[in-house]
Amino acid sequence: MKGAEALLCSLLEEKVDTIFGYPGGQIISVFDAMYSYQDRIKHILTRHEQGAIHAAEGFARVSGETGVVLVTSGPGATNVITGLADAMLDSTPLVVISGQVPSVLLGSDAFQETDVVGISQPITKWSYQIRKASEIAWAVARAFYIASEGRPGPVVLDITKDAQNEMVDFEYTKCTFIRSYEPYPKPLQESVQKAAELINNAKRPFALVGQGVMLGHAEEELLAFLTKADIPFGNTLLGLSTLPSDFRLNKGMLGMHGNIGPNRKSTECDVLIAIGMRFDDRVTGDLTKYAKQATIIHLEIDQSEIDKNVKVQVPILASVKDSLPAITNLLKPAQHTEWIDSFDAEDVEETEKVINPEIKPASGPITMGEAVYRISEATGHDAVLVTDVGQNQMMAARYFKFSQSRSIITSGGLGTMGFALPAAIGASVGAPERTVCCFAGDGGIQMTIQELGTILQYKIPVKIIILNNHFLGMVRQWQELFFKERYSETQMTNPDFPKIAEAYGIRSRKVEKREELDDAIADMLSDKESFLLEVSVEKAGMVYPMIPAGGSVDQLILGD
Amino acid sequence: MEKTLYTITVFTENVVGLLNQITIIFTRRQINIESLTVSQSSLPGISKFTITVETDAAMVGKVVSQIEKRIDVLKAFYHTDEDIIYQEVALYKISADVLLDHREIESIVRKFNARILEVNRTYAVLELTGHTEETQELLECLREFHVLQFVRSGRIAITKSTVERLSDFLAEKEGRRLGNRT
Repeated sequence: MKGAEALLCSLLEEKVDTIFGYPGGQIISVFDAMYSYQDRIKHILTRHEQGAIHAAEGFARVSGETGVVLVTSGPGATNVITGLADAMLDSTPLVVISGQVPSVLLGSDAFQETDVVGISQPITKWSYQIRKASEIAWAVARAFYIASEGRPGPVVLDITKDAQNEMVDFEYTKCTFIRSYEPYPKPLQESVQKAAELINNAKRPFALVGQGVMLGHAEEELLAFLTKADIPFGNTLLGLSTLPSDFRLNKGMLGMHGNIGPNRKSTECDVLIAIGMRFDDRVTGDLTKYAKQATIIHLEIDQSEIDKNVKVQVPILASVKDSLPAITNLLKPAQHTEWIDSFDAEDVEETEKVINPEIKPASGPITMGEAVYRISEATGHDAVLVTDVGQNQMMAARYFKFSQSRSIITSGGLGTMGFALPAAIGASVGAPERTVCCFAGDGGIQMTIQELGTILQYKIPVKIIILNNHFLGMVRQWQELFFKERYSETQMTNPDFPKIAEAYGIRSRKVEKREELDDAIADMLSDKESFLLEVSVEKAGMVYPMIPAGGSVDQLILGD
Repeated sequence: MEKTLYTITVFTENVVGLLNQITIIFTRRQINIESLTVSQSSLPGISKFTITVETDAAMVGKVVSQIEKRIDVLKAFYHTDEDIIYQEVALYKISADVLLDHREIESIVRKFNARILEVNRTYAVLELTGHTEETQELLECLREFHVLQFVRSGRIAITKSTVERLSDFLAEKEGRRLGNRT
């Protein structure tokens, strides 16, 4: 068979049934071969390659499977660069296949030639150029192994046109071993014992839960660990939804716009257990003041994350799927009632000063938090949350609640505006039985608004909520707080969003008054198809609490 | 933080494009590579990079972890000068007239134990292997006679350790691979 067909057969061997992509000259042979495989592989044609890769990210994040992207050379490939960087920082497993000019033309600045491997190396786990059809099966097998095993991440396969057209005998062997790559280091027993001992003797243990737990499918192991030793925990942005929001030990979100309790308690606990998280600067604030009083245990699968930002006393290099049960076995059942109850004071303070004014305002314009919370409530806190970046993201993360794992899809590391709409498309394709709520601001939605066309074509039932304040709200917030209210280039004159939705055949409503909100939400959620809800929100809304960039986690601003 | 000269050795699979993957890790951290040499290692199919950088202890650890994270990198280590036997080679080109006119050059060559690789009617090429200070000192001595060209290689190094960590690592991996099959 031709290399192009061998590529598709390789994908089928990896159980791929969905591809997000966009055709073009140097990948046309693969699209041609796909014409005969439509019954086995569903291709979703997005409206821009960036849309394809964010959709694949949403698909991967919600399903735990590897997302697959197929694009052409040159601009097709450069248009996925943002998504690669995003997936790299957020540990999202992707295999991105890009067409490339014929190998005889490589290096000659041929039409639509770009050095894709060179460009993508710093932002991928692995990037490889296939120049012969005989390499295809080997490279695809290796790509899936690398993308999904260990700490997941994006992989690029750049395949020359001649490799797609060359004839080859197809034979596939799954990759299960690469001698230069150890995806699952075994936890050192000595470190496990030391960690258990520290936790057994702790008076005020506190855990930080990151996305590593969901990536390692270790939700149950985490629950057993936390319950046995009675340890309260905070979530990183990407760690949200690992365990239900209303779980007794779940104390909310960490970081810059996180909850007061988990942030302050990071500076009061005696043993801090970081689980599948990487001490991002948005979580730690000023490192010189971060958790200095605590003995820190770091459960981490990636050696290069250990001691990268925070120097830890007990690192345990392993998948949390292995390290958590190993520690739990050695734990004595404990109760830390007084310590856990001490979070209540902070909760009360935050509820009074921040939460209630945000989600239950008596008068004035609708607030972002209010819209988010009411939608979350109307879904029974059971939907998949997809967010864009900025105030909408932080408000959604704060006020959307979760009852099952893998329910938040957001661009955490890279902070990619325009992420939400395509990622929500992918999430809906990856979890068709679930309600997907896509929150975006008026700024971010316009960065990838063309993907409404994808929703139209494939009838993807995404609920799109535009929180419209006519501002790039988060930048505006910084300008108000730190730049003397000099609102440089953050105001936006926007199109009529419902009219745009109408053009794409998507039902929509625009809500400006509080009284109309619940009805519009009910209308949106009862509709079986996609729906666009524009909510006019307070222009000068602020996300609080806030730890100013570089500030210490116990120095939160609570607003007026 | 105090800066020290570290010698980083990186063992990799022999594949295209690894040099770029390794050097960009230094670039991101704004660390200047003082010298870099790539060669075969004692093990078939495995390349050895020897890189010297001036940085602090915490940073060299982070950078080495990030290098080792690259898929085709087998192992990366870092050492200070006490841990290794190291050498560099330097070449010096001077004019033939200068060599013939200045008898003291012969004693300099003897003193440094340098070698004369080539002499012809127009020029002579000297060679010295040693540490940077030694090859530098010879350069200073020859300067008054006008050095036409000078070049020094990157550092190459071998550890003093009695344990061959890479071989042990590979043996363990091979065991794991065979175990995988059964």
